Amino acid sequence: MAPVGPRSGDAIFSSIDRVNAELFTLTYGAIVRQLLTDLEEVEEVNKQLDQMGYNIGIRLIDEFLAKSGVSRCVDFKETAEMIAKVGFKMFLGVTASVSSWDADGTCCSIILEDNPLVDFVELPDTCQGLYYCNVLSGVIRGALEMVSMKTEVTWTRDVLRGDDAYELQVKLLKQVAEEYPYKDDE
Amino acid sequence: MVREVAESCVDTMLMEMVAMYSGRFYANKPELAARRIEAIGYQVGHQLSERYTMERPRFSDHLEAIKFICKDFWSEVFKKQIDNLKTNHRGTFVLQDNKFRWLSRVSVEPSPEKETEDPSTPGESKAAQAVSMYLYFPCGIIRGVLSNLGIPCAVSADISSLPTCSFVIRVKA
Repeated sequence: MAPVGPRSGDAIFSSIDRVNAELFTLTYGAIVRQLLTDLEEVEEVNKQLDQMGYNIGIRLIDEFLAKSGVSRCVDFKETAEMIAKVGFKMFLGVTASVSSWDADGTCCSIILEDNPLVDFVELPDTCQGLYYCNVLSGVIRGALEMVSMKTEVTWTRDVLRGDDAYELQVKLLKQVAEEYPYKDDE
Repeated sequence: MVREVAESCVDTMLMEMVAMYSGRFYANKPELAARRIEAIGYQVGHQLSERYTMERPRFSDHLEAIKFICKDFWSEVFKKQIDNLKTNHRGTFVLQDNKFRWLSRVSVEPSPEKETEDPSTPGESKAAQAVSMYLYFPCGIIRGVLSNLGIPCAVSADISSLPTCSFVIRVKA
């Protein structure tokens, strides 16, 4: 099995249908704003954004697999690299880097220096506690769950909260063994 | 260079936004879900209009503003222009897009025989109702753009012949 997909994130991004990012960025902003109005608790907004991302991730993984030609990753390290180098590139047009691996290779950081979700965004003081980009962590969690990996994805750095980059910690909780939809001899 | 993202990012985000409001938050109150989705569109239209009209002189009349939506605005957002514009010259404009991008992957099955099952919505299947939920978003966008240009109006959509979609704008006198 070839460990690396035949197509780079750049090649896929330039070949797929793309749209003006302003529409994407402003629509996301308007959704967050509406949620802040409709749901009183910032915590609840974080939860809904994560849920929205999870549902999106479940859908996007199919497109990722189909268009990237990536086959099975040998380990979680390769999976993380794929998300950073191919996934972010082909959907958002930006690259991310992977760092801060723990000793057993099940927890790492994905760092985004450029993030189209936050163009034009500034958070007012009343939004303390909001994880504005929570949709992204949800997308990763949802997509990985579809390929049998249960993960926990949390923000460890956020420029909107005064940090110098966007950093997501991705922790592999459980790798679910793949099961065939049928069982022999039972 | 203009920054771009994959189209599927916008598609899935809109799908989830509609699912969230019409499925999770207001499952039994479609009119409230519709209002929220329209409000999100309005916000987006308002902001996009600001950005796309920055370098232009003021529009001299309503028709000029509507033409801006049909040509420049539609091209920026959907990479094509509105195919047909009609007006009664009394404040009603009909903008017809023969292949509206956000509906190009939607199919509504005609259910000719079963239409009488639900008397509250004659002739309209569940699927058609779901589609109309999506359309509150672009309707909101159009209303947001026009409102930002100083033209208060009401906008509705007609999808009686998919994937053609007509947006009906009624300018408030």
